[in-house]
Amino acid sequence: MNSKRSGMGLNARRNFEGWLFLVPAVVLIVCMSLIPAVMAFVTSFTTGTGANTQWGGLSNYMRILKDKVFLQSIKNCFFYLIIQVPIMLVLALILASMLNNPKLKCKGILRTCIFLPCATSLVAYAIIFRTLFATDGLINLVLTSIGILNAPYNFLAHPLSAKIVIIIALIWRWTGYNMVFYLSGLQNIDYSVYEAARIDGASPFQIFTKITIPLLKPTILLTAIMSTNGTLQLFDESVNLTNGGPANASITMSHYIYNQTFQGVPKFGYTSAMSFLILFMVAVLAFIQMKVGDKRD
Amino acid sequence: MTDKTRTLCSYIVLILTAVISVFPLIWMVIAATNSSVDVIAGKLTPGFKFIENYQNLLANQDIYRGLFNSFKYSIVQTVVSIVICSLAGYGFEVYHDKYKDALMGVILMSMMIPFVSMMVPLFRMFSAVNLLNTTIGFILPSLSTPFLIMLFRSSARSFPMEMIEAARIDGLGEFQIFVKMFVPTMKSTYAAAITVTFMNAWNNYIWPKVIMQDSSSQTMPMMISNLTSGYFTDYGMLMLAVFITTLPTAVLFLFMQKNFREGLTGSVKG
Repeated sequence: MNSKRSGMGLNARRNFEGWLFLVPAVVLIVCMSLIPAVMAFVTSFTTGTGANTQWGGLSNYMRILKDKVFLQSIKNCFFYLIIQVPIMLVLALILASMLNNPKLKCKGILRTCIFLPCATSLVAYAIIFRTLFATDGLINLVLTSIGILNAPYNFLAHPLSAKIVIIIALIWRWTGYNMVFYLSGLQNIDYSVYEAARIDGASPFQIFTKITIPLLKPTILLTAIMSTNGTLQLFDESVNLTNGGPANASITMSHYIYNQTFQGVPKFGYTSAMSFLILFMVAVLAFIQMKVGDKRD
Repeated sequence: MTDKTRTLCSYIVLILTAVISVFPLIWMVIAATNSSVDVIAGKLTPGFKFIENYQNLLANQDIYRGLFNSFKYSIVQTVVSIVICSLAGYGFEVYHDKYKDALMGVILMSMMIPFVSMMVPLFRMFSAVNLLNTTIGFILPSLSTPFLIMLFRSSARSFPMEMIEAARIDGLGEFQIFVKMFVPTMKSTYAAAITVTFMNAWNNYIWPKVIMQDSSSQTMPMMISNLTSGYFTDYGMLMLAVFITTLPTAVLFLFMQKNFREGLTGSVKG
């Protein structure tokens, strides 16, 4: 009886000490993420600033529907999402399954090179690509000297080509990153599975679609959710590569929200409404992807 | 298709991808040593204008200040963040019960909140308590990250409970067990966490752009971005600045590559 009681006391104390380990991290997440998110939600229903703040109901959300630039920025983000993410993930999968071949030599160097773009800061690579694709940049020089273009083309001054340059830059920066996730997933698959499939006469394409993709499904789902989340939040590239231009043709949602918040009169209520819309889109897309990911079994 | 042709195809694709991946970075280093005119002319060999570019850069931006700030913010954030998150990750795993597991679920959900949604309230909070232009202001929003907590939680899963029990019988307190036994055995997890956190802190752009309004508290990514805002761009100088900004993370990447990879993927294995 006595020992049982002291044992429970010890457990209770341990449990209490266990909570102490969590306190700093949990308090920070609550104060720095959850409370601000709730505050943004509340602010999104107000108009005016400072002492003039008034309850505005849904007026901010109605305003979004009429804001051509924000609607353009939503279109742009989904353009990046629909074109760039699938290309990048398929490319990363192909590269990872090629690197997984045990007969391949110099694997380490190849992997390091393909992964290396991840070491650059987003601002740095955006500026490198901006310089490469400038009218007087290297890409134009090469294209004109081999005769594909007659005169230098100002990639960053045309709506479609500016967006394509952002997509190319994004693929360059993030393919290696996603490849690393697939490589680590592939290491959990016994290579003899592949050997057996090959002996049974499966083609490389069949092996890829029937073995690699199903076995990597959880990892593919994870990278798809991460990339979707990242694409809807693009900021650095839009600011530094194209500066949203030409005429907002490549601006992202975060970039527009930043401009509306910190340039000119701050419109906290309106920008909070826009930012809450992004949160909503991220959540809905993650939910859809998880549902689709579950169904394929 | 025989095995050999298949391997050959793999080589061609992989080498081509590797060249495309590395080329912009090599070009950046070469451009940093050439004058703007040579960069525009497409010169692909190193030049002798490195010092000239460097002097132009110093005249244009206070990069010593920028480097100092970037190192200060990144190092403080890395140290504090890793202490807080490794404590939490260990706590969530070793003392887990249904309440803590539910709380972990909430923390994972918070990963979904886009930074722009928190940016406006955080900015207003921080300007109300005078945290603009300060190191604390820089680090606070990203000190406790679900990603790092998950990383340490999954490494604590591989830490044998018997060792903890044995240490308890030897009379060690719960916190002592963490410091004396968990931390020393999990060196590679810590190395991974340090690499990932430092790189994220160094490369952070949107948050310092929001709160670092004084030019004396700007970071390196902000300074290279400033360089492009003029009408005329000196490409040699610009690429030198980009190179200087990339160097610390690139060195860290090359030395800690294995840890970095494990850090990225490790938190996912659950």
